[in-house]
Amino acid sequence: MNNFSWYDATTLKEAQNEADTTVSDMLNKDKKGSSIIKSGGIDVMDLMKEGLITPEKIVNIRNIPGLDKIEFDTKKGVRIGANVTLSDIEKNSVIRDNYQALQLSVSKAATPQLRNMSTIAGNLGQRTRCWYFRSVEHDCLRKGGSTCFAKNGENDYHAVMNNGSCASVHASSIATALLAFGAVLEIALENGEKKEVPIENFFVTPYENIKNENVLKSGEIITAIVLPAVNNKTKSYYIKQGARQSYDWALADVAVVVELSGKKCKNARIALGAASPVPIRANSAESILTNEGISESSAKAAAEAAMEKATPLEKNAYKVAIFKSILQRAILKTV
Amino acid sequence: MDTKKIKMPYGISEDAITEVEREVPLNEPDAWPVNEKLKHVGKRVKRLDAYAKVTGEARYTSDIQLSGMLIGKMLISAHPNAKIRSIDTSAAEKLPGVYAVHVIKNEEEEAYPVVRYAGQPIAAAAAVTEAVAEEAVRLIKVDYDTRPFVVDIEKAMDPEAPVVYEAPVEQKASEGGEEIESGLKLTGNVRGPNEGRPRGELTSGFAEADIVVENTYRTQVQTHNALESHGMIVDWKPDGVTIYASTQGTQGVRNEFADLFDLPRSKVRVLVEFMGGGFGAKHGLGTHGAAAGHLAKKTGRPVKMMATRKEEQISQGNRPNSIHHLKVGVKKSGELTAIEQKSYGTAGVGLGAGVGGVAQSMYTCPNFKTAQYDVFTHAGPGAAWRAPGAVQGIFGLEQMMDELAEKIGIDPLAFRDKVDPSRVRKAGRKVGAERMDWSRRKPTGSDPGIIKKGIGMAQSSWWRIHSINATAEVKIFKDGAIEVRSGVQDIGTGTKTILAQVVAEEFGLEPEDIMVRIGDTLFPDAPGSGGSQVTASITPAARNAAYQAKLKLFNMVASNLETDVSDLKAADGYIFSSKDETKKMTFKEALKSMPVSQITATESRTKEYDGDYLHWDLGAVQFVELSVDTETGFIKIDKVVAAHSCGRPINITQLESQINGGIIQGISYAIYEDRILDRNTGHMVNHTLDTYKVPYAMDIPEIDIALMEDYNAKSSTDAYGIGEPSNIATAAAIANAVYNAIGVRIKEIPITPAKVLEALNKA
Repeated sequence: MNNFSWYDATTLKEAQNEADTTVSDMLNKDKKGSSIIKSGGIDVMDLMKEGLITPEKIVNIRNIPGLDKIEFDTKKGVRIGANVTLSDIEKNSVIRDNYQALQLSVSKAATPQLRNMSTIAGNLGQRTRCWYFRSVEHDCLRKGGSTCFAKNGENDYHAVMNNGSCASVHASSIATALLAFGAVLEIALENGEKKEVPIENFFVTPYENIKNENVLKSGEIITAIVLPAVNNKTKSYYIKQGARQSYDWALADVAVVVELSGKKCKNARIALGAASPVPIRANSAESILTNEGISESSAKAAAEAAMEKATPLEKNAYKVAIFKSILQRAILKTV
Repeated sequence: MDTKKIKMPYGISEDAITEVEREVPLNEPDAWPVNEKLKHVGKRVKRLDAYAKVTGEARYTSDIQLSGMLIGKMLISAHPNAKIRSIDTSAAEKLPGVYAVHVIKNEEEEAYPVVRYAGQPIAAAAAVTEAVAEEAVRLIKVDYDTRPFVVDIEKAMDPEAPVVYEAPVEQKASEGGEEIESGLKLTGNVRGPNEGRPRGELTSGFAEADIVVENTYRTQVQTHNALESHGMIVDWKPDGVTIYASTQGTQGVRNEFADLFDLPRSKVRVLVEFMGGGFGAKHGLGTHGAAAGHLAKKTGRPVKMMATRKEEQISQGNRPNSIHHLKVGVKKSGELTAIEQKSYGTAGVGLGAGVGGVAQSMYTCPNFKTAQYDVFTHAGPGAAWRAPGAVQGIFGLEQMMDELAEKIGIDPLAFRDKVDPSRVRKAGRKVGAERMDWSRRKPTGSDPGIIKKGIGMAQSSWWRIHSINATAEVKIFKDGAIEVRSGVQDIGTGTKTILAQVVAEEFGLEPEDIMVRIGDTLFPDAPGSGGSQVTASITPAARNAAYQAKLKLFNMVASNLETDVSDLKAADGYIFSSKDETKKMTFKEALKSMPVSQITATESRTKEYDGDYLHWDLGAVQFVELSVDTETGFIKIDKVVAAHSCGRPINITQLESQINGGIIQGISYAIYEDRILDRNTGHMVNHTLDTYKVPYAMDIPEIDIALMEDYNAKSSTDAYGIGEPSNIATAAAIANAVYNAIGVRIKEIPITPAKVLEALNKA
């Protein structure tokens, strides 16, 4: 890892002034800049240790006041500050009682030690774990190169849908749950204003921009993640399947949020992680469940529909079977 | 040599223990009784260095900081097959903080070595900090002339494949590794066959069979991933070189270093106080030790070079893969009539990819033939890896045995009772079957539901390896201190503690009273930790030395106690006359009364009392219970029962700990680990510990160990090792349990969800 200088920002403005690029732009050899912001620093450290980025200055935003609260409002929902750690979310009783899928996704992420250090915003901002992307030897499309090595290479863990351009999958499994809840991100802009971005629009597909996985530009900082209010008819569940039971990235993960009337589903939001380069909604599965009773057969039909458009690569067809199985199980867990 | 005849315990605790008479060297002690009658040996003695380890006081090689020490970093090859045209180190050398750059050259012709795999060490830089050394390495410019390469074993066997070596290759085996036959033919990338020791005649053997089964089994390349990576600190002073090494063989490092730099061995001192793990690949000097030596020589400063995790996985050795064909004939009565074996394996640019001798030796079968081939690929070299060859061989053999039992319609345990001559495995099958409750095992594939349970078992054998170049020195001091000294290293399994137990037993003292100083080549030589030979080699030496030191002490105090030396005994902290127990003094008083300030006795391991050099009978039987999720393909290992023998057990807790480790690595090999090389670029893609899967806490099942006492009357401690035996059978037992659960046999590891689902789809 290279030597670097450290700047401890105490306000958003300071952080915006001190940092002159983003991790994504730093990975792209055409762009300039030498200072980046870090929150928990987990992914920044990984990228530096691999020699993928060599920032001269790191701007720490962990000490900016006001970004580390979880606020709950029965009408507005829950607002999670950008610097709230995964451990704090995992232990929060309001989230556990009202947003079970989120609590489950957080509790399955990384290790207890890493959850103590990782922040929710950093988790969403982290880059893909695609082993070609993470390797200095492979100059892949996402880093400004001309090849996707995964498509005709070792694609065991890669995308099974929307994988025509880049076959990586987004690393955040918490994003899967946030997407199912319809979370909205608050982002501080460089001019001092704020904008709200629904999580669906936060992630950028490789078809839109291969060199970025999200919309953040240099000088923009996530300040909070807001989940809309739920009522006692909202049920949710989340299942992640990794290559092992302990600490692992998702091979497949699913989040299901339904509004129930008895056993009947009035409305469903289903999200898939590790299926596609960005977390995606399973719209066809959602329509199958809407206004249907939740049963073995409707859950199965929805799971099948979610994978209808799967285009697995040479080594990852097994992921399709896993998605079908865990989605069916997650749907049934809501009743 | 003067000898005496003594009676020794003989037999297996789970079977029957009798006595046998042996003629043993006169200067060795009488036999210990069975463990039950001993105070420290065979007990759960707490690791002497447990406190230092759990509190972080223990300093491993990677923790050591010397005054003025530089950090070395390696430049590794960016291509899998290339000639190096030139290397420009000028920018690196000019970087402030850089003290030296060393470019690796072939010894004889002083040329750049051919690059034969991606990640091959090319040059190293030493600098004031790790960051500067890394930057220096980035500044070294290498001009490569790249060539086509092959990383896949089957593609490498194609006559048209790019060749790794133009001319026949000879390599010496790594210590503890499989022996490498010399003078074998090289055709393309295929070298061999090694034909072992054939017996009988196959054609008539197969003709006699009622059933002949033929299968191909495949195992993957497994990397080492010790918690502490490979590496050393070399401190080159005018009067000699001191090396702090993460090594499983102090002697080996010393000898290789002395040879490489043309120094007398006495000028090289190798130290390893605490060892952060080694599974066979940490025997010699290694690429990092050699580079640290060159850089230390150039700079006059200590240089530390530890492999990165990536280098550890790519260039520091691995378990070769295997494609293992077995054809076996069996009569309906259960007799084996013929075994034909053919195997191909790749140790990358190295040799030693056989499947061992298990198919040849484990079961009674009159006709046997093997042909084992090495295949070269543009990949990092193999090295010894916990039971080299046997692990790969057993994966095939024990699945084959399971299948044969099914074909002739008998229980897998009953089938082995017919063909397995091993007494310990017979006892192991019995005790293991009871503990696993084998009788509840369901007919194959009969478990209903999505999650199916299965039970399976597999067996293994390993040699009783020992070295007679194993010497210990026992010193007793007037002030009460007792020391045992040897160059032997504690690979982490508890060698220090067992030496203290053995010496304490001989002196009638407590293990805590014994200061164990090992892992230092200033002390007498002892073998490396390979072949599971350390306990078998060094504990008799230590007991023999303690016995001689005790006799010297007895000679000094006998007159004080007004008794004959031959009547004296030492027990419970006292020295006393066995004829009159009122004639006694404490051990400490005896030491105080010595006319000299210290007594030293130095003794070695002698050859096996029964004259055999090597016995192939450290038997193990492992049972596995698991669950297979037939929708997701995931396997959860629920329980492992392991019945093992290792001669006389010295420390039960440590033995169980080692067996746990062996089983966990076996699980890891069976369902998780796999080195993945990119087919198009030749680079290892999963070189981090988050992509190279090993099991963590939640993936470890309940492990129930039945440790048999197995007395063979072969040395003054009659103890043997467990490191390798514990690792051999697990993967095959898992594969057999998977078959029992789902009714489809998976003949290739790792058994990933992808393979389970594929097998179920085909069924």
